[in-house]
Order: sequence, then C-alpha cells, then structure tokens
Amino acid sequence: MQSFTRHTGIVAPLEALNVDTDQIIPKQFLKRIERTGYEDMLFYDWRYLDDGKTPNPDFEMNAPRYRDASILLTKDNFGCGSSREHAPWALYDYGFRCILAPSYADIFYNNCFNNGMLPICLPGEVVEQLFAEVRAQEGYQLTVDLEQLRITKPDGGEVPFDLHPFLRERLLNGWDQIGLTLRFEDKIAAFETARSASA
Amino acid sequence: MPKNIYEKIWAAHLVHAPEGQDAILYIDRHYVHEVTSPQAFEGLRLAGRTVRRPELTFATMDHNIPTTDRARPIADPLSKQQVEKLAANCKESGIALFDMYDRRNGIVHVIGPELGLTQPGMTIVCGDSHTSTHGAFGALAFGIGTSEVEHVLATQTLLQKPSKTMEVRVGGALPSGITAKDIVLAIIGEIGTAGGTGYVIEYTGEAIRGLSMEGRMTVCNMSIEAGARAGLISPDEKTAAYLEGRPYLPKDTPWKQLAASWLSWASDSGCAYDRVVELDARNIEPQVTWGTSPGMVTGVRGRTPVLAETADANTRLAYEKALQYMGLDEGTPITEIAINKMFLGSCTNARIEDLRAAAAVAKGYKVHAAIEQALVVPGSQHVKEQAEAEGLDKVFREAGFEWREAGCSMRLAMNEDRLNPGDRCASTSNRNFEGRQGKGGRTHLVSPGMAVAAAIKGRFVDIREWEYK
Repeated sequence: MQSFTRHTGIVAPLEALNVDTDQIIPKQFLKRIERTGYEDMLFYDWRYLDDGKTPNPDFEMNAPRYRDASILLTKDNFGCGSSREHAPWALYDYGFRCILAPSYADIFYNNCFNNGMLPICLPGEVVEQLFAEVRAQEGYQLTVDLEQLRITKPDGGEVPFDLHPFLRERLLNGWDQIGLTLRFEDKIAAFETARSASA
Repeated sequence: MPKNIYEKIWAAHLVHAPEGQDAILYIDRHYVHEVTSPQAFEGLRLAGRTVRRPELTFATMDHNIPTTDRARPIADPLSKQQVEKLAANCKESGIALFDMYDRRNGIVHVIGPELGLTQPGMTIVCGDSHTSTHGAFGALAFGIGTSEVEHVLATQTLLQKPSKTMEVRVGGALPSGITAKDIVLAIIGEIGTAGGTGYVIEYTGEAIRGLSMEGRMTVCNMSIEAGARAGLISPDEKTAAYLEGRPYLPKDTPWKQLAASWLSWASDSGCAYDRVVELDARNIEPQVTWGTSPGMVTGVRGRTPVLAETADANTRLAYEKALQYMGLDEGTPITEIAINKMFLGSCTNARIEDLRAAAAVAKGYKVHAAIEQALVVPGSQHVKEQAEAEGLDKVFREAGFEWREAGCSMRLAMNEDRLNPGDRCASTSNRNFEGRQGKGGRTHLVSPGMAVAAAIKGRFVDIREWEYK
C-alpha cells in the first residue's frame, strides 16, 4: 500500500451533510471487477448533467479552480451508507489523498486507511472557517503533515489534529494489513487448535 | 463483573492484542457476494496468498441477478461477468456457493439465518453494510470493505478496535399496527443517522423481546442507518426455537446443550453500557421518511419540516436540499403525499412475516389506478416457496401486484428493477438516499403494511385505521 507522510494540495469544498457512498459512487459502477479506474465515476449524479457526460455547472467542485484538488473539505458523517470500498477507490483515483470533515461513517473511515488515504477529523468550527477561506482565495492550498499531526495554512497558521497512533503508523509506513496480521499466524493457529479442542 | 453480550463475544474471539496495534479478532463466518469480493480474490492471487478456512466462508449471488425469469441469461454483460467471477473464485478456493439456480439462493442476510449458518455468539462479517442483520441472533455481525474481505479470506481474522456500547431500550408493548420497521425508524429519528457511530448497539426492552426473529432482523438490519456498525439482541428462547433443525447447525452436539450454550451469550443483568437511550413503544406511530436520509422521518400523522423552525444552519440546508430533491413543500401532511410506485422487498423486509402482513392488507383490494408498478420481491427462494404454499402470491397477484423471483432487486437497483426520474415510491427497503433506487427516484421508507396500503390508496394512509377484508 502507498504510504502517506506529508501532502500539499489544493482544497475542494463539498458542502453537504451525510454524503453517502451511493453519492460518492453510484451503484451502476459497482459491476466492474477491477480495483482502479473509477475517477470519472466519482460523484457521478452530482457532477454531470442528465446526459452523464456534460459537467454540471452548479456542482461547485467542477469549477476550474478546483480541477487539481487533492484535499476534500466536507461536512459531518461523510461516507455513510453502503460499505463499498469503491467509494475510497473513486476518491483516490480522482486524485484525493486527504479528506477534512468533522466526522465520518465507521466503515468508510476504515476503508480509507486500507487505501493510503487520510481522513482527518476537525472540529466543526475549524471546518466552517476552512470553507470560508477556501472560497475566498483561489488556489487555496494546505499542507498536511502526518508525522507532526499538523495542517499548515497558506498564511502559515497551523491546525493540529488527532489520529489513533496505530492508524498513523500504518499510513506512515504504508503497511499491508494482511502482512501485519500474518506476523502472528502462530497465534491464530493456536487459537484455532484451542477452540477445536474445547468444542 | 457482569458483562454485556458484546464484551462476551469480543473476549471469546480475541486471538491476540499486540502492543500498540489493533486487536486480532477471530471470524466464525464470512459471507461473500459478487459485488464486493472480486477485487479481494484478485488481491489474494497477486500476493500469492490462499483462503485460510474456506469451510467457514459461504457465498451467494444476490445483487445482480434478475428477479424475472432465471432461465434467460443475465442481459447486462458486466453483471454477468461479476456473477461468473464469483463462481470461478469460489470453485478455485473451495468455497460453498449458493448460486442463482440453487434452491437455497437468496439475499445473504435472509439465507444466513434460514440455513442456520448464523448462530448466537458468533462473529460474522460480509462486504455489505447490512450484515448487522445477523445481530438479531446475538451474533456480532458487521459490514466490511473489500480490503477487509481479503484480510478475512487470508487470515480468518480482522484487525479491530473495541467499540463503545449503546443500549437502546424500547419499553412498553408494541401497539397494534406498529412493526419492527417503525421501531427502528423511530430510533434513527431519535438518535440521528450518525448517533450510533463508533458504537455497537444492543436492543433491549419489552417491545424488542416481543418481536419475532424476523422483526428482530429488521431492527438490527438498519443499525447501520443509525451509524452503528453492528446492532444485536441477546438470544432467548425465541432465538433457539427459530434455529432448531436448521441444516447448518453442529450435528454432533445435542440440541439442549446447543440451546443452553447459546443462551449463555445473553447480556448479564446489571451489565454496563457506554450510553443508554430509552424509547417507549407506546408512543411510536407508523413511520414514513420524507427526505433523503433515514433520519428524515416522521409519524404518518406528521408533516414535512418547516425550514424556519429548524434552528441549526447545516440541518436547515440539508432539509432544504432534501425537500427539493423529493419534490415536497414544507409542512406537507404525510397523508397528502401521492406515490406512483411501490416496492416490497430487500434485506430489511422480505421475510415470510413481512409478506404475510402485507398480504393481509392487500387482500380483497386492488392497486390504485395511479400506481405504475407495484413489485413484491421475496428475500429468498425459500421465502418465495413458503409464501406460495400459503397462497400469498395469489393474494398479491389478484390485487394487481407483480410477484417476482427472490433477490435484492430495487433496494440497490443493480439489476433491471429501478425508478425513473421523478418517480415516487413507497418502499420497504432501508435507504432513501438520492438516486439509491434509480437516478432522480424518490423513495419513502415504510413498513410492509404501510407500503401496500399506500399502493392501494395511491397515497400514504395510517395503517392503524385499515379495514381488513
């Protein structure tokens, strides 16, 4: 898995509460059997007009100033609903490496870490402030430093954030979860043996 | 110290808790379906890994399969490819598959309990958020992503942090006309769609005890819509009675011993939870969602919200967008909302009890002239056969409903059943998100009886006043 240490990028705003994974990637794209190639399907129903290809001018992220965005700024309970990992795949394929929001749905949050993407929880008022700053300044960029658990604004202002130490360690090193677990294969085998003996 | 059921199951499945790392939790059952598994099998192959315990994994095809004639090939080449891929992966790995021609086929969350694969005290996972359904049996069951599916295939374990626990106690006896669906929608209305985030919910109280196993599955199914990964109910005599004689129970353990060991998983009296929420069943009305999130819900006697009365700015914006998408004015009485489609099915409400309740409402009536489509999709082949044996299919057909093959159908709109833009559907499914049942389609979540009554009257009506024929 790709590691994540430090990332600088343009921030795109997505002003909506409870964005569910059906909105992140609609179900008709879940028929594919590949793990990549989902970039054009991200936010499909919002991003395009009814013909499915003309960009919707009312969808804020379509504005040219956000074209190269790699940090997504959004609101509470992002990624709720279906467990589909296609949601983080689509965000990643589009170019997002980091998400900023007050809260996330559990399954989506886990799925991000399994794909080298960093979802950061920030207090609601910090998120509101960031929305204002992003809209006020074209080309607004943030630097996210996972080592230091710190976000740096264009004016040099800093925003600290929290992350579970194990999740931080995993992303910093790009560790493969299965590889981590298989270091304890003897424990799994012992557990299975003990169980079949007591059954 | 008294323990709750979550703490008991966690302790019994803890393989190892390495310093500074998530705990390794053993998984007893892994259900696999065609949509979220192909990339996991591919990942295993690329890494040169194999399935550790294929005999603990069971696969079904449910999302992509047609609910019309199964003798015809699947029309969509991508759906077909996904279904074929699952068959090939199962064959290669030695995993049992209930394919679309198998009599045991059905929605994974319907057939797991039917076959007795789901048992109290187990840990159960599936690449599907509605895996929480199996919690009705006192199992710790939750949805996982595809990377985690791969992890379970390779190691038969998952890396997990302990969850917080929430007791949702629904006191009082359930009034007539009120169902499990109304209970769970009322709970979501109470705690919000993120109220359960980070928690495992245990549902307790007189109203929950009074539910059948089918009703309990409906409640646990929608735990994820309250943000909780898992929701469970302590096993009791009803749990044991439901499971008796099911084909996948351990054959060499005497029944009494099996039932006693199941009951031992129930939460101890006096156990503690991180949070407790109480509801009184006697205050619950038939529920109808009006918006684009399951938390946007009210009683059938209620109205859509008035924006000026909504204090929080973010909530007001969300309500405004939802009303616009749903094509509804502020303050509209629910009983004035007219529908043109109806869907009865999904892993929330497609079990035999749901079909019986709905058929009782439909009996002697006709679907309203304004209804363009009214679909009834049983949750499994088994449910379909049973319903046909009881003549329920006939009741539905005579009333003008379409009687279909088993599957997920319109719940996820991945097969050929879906809504068109502007369609308004009374649905027994679990999600009313924008576009969930088809782009531009408007979904109102209700109980089976409420859905059928709406199809007959052409608008929502209070099921408590229904004249049964």
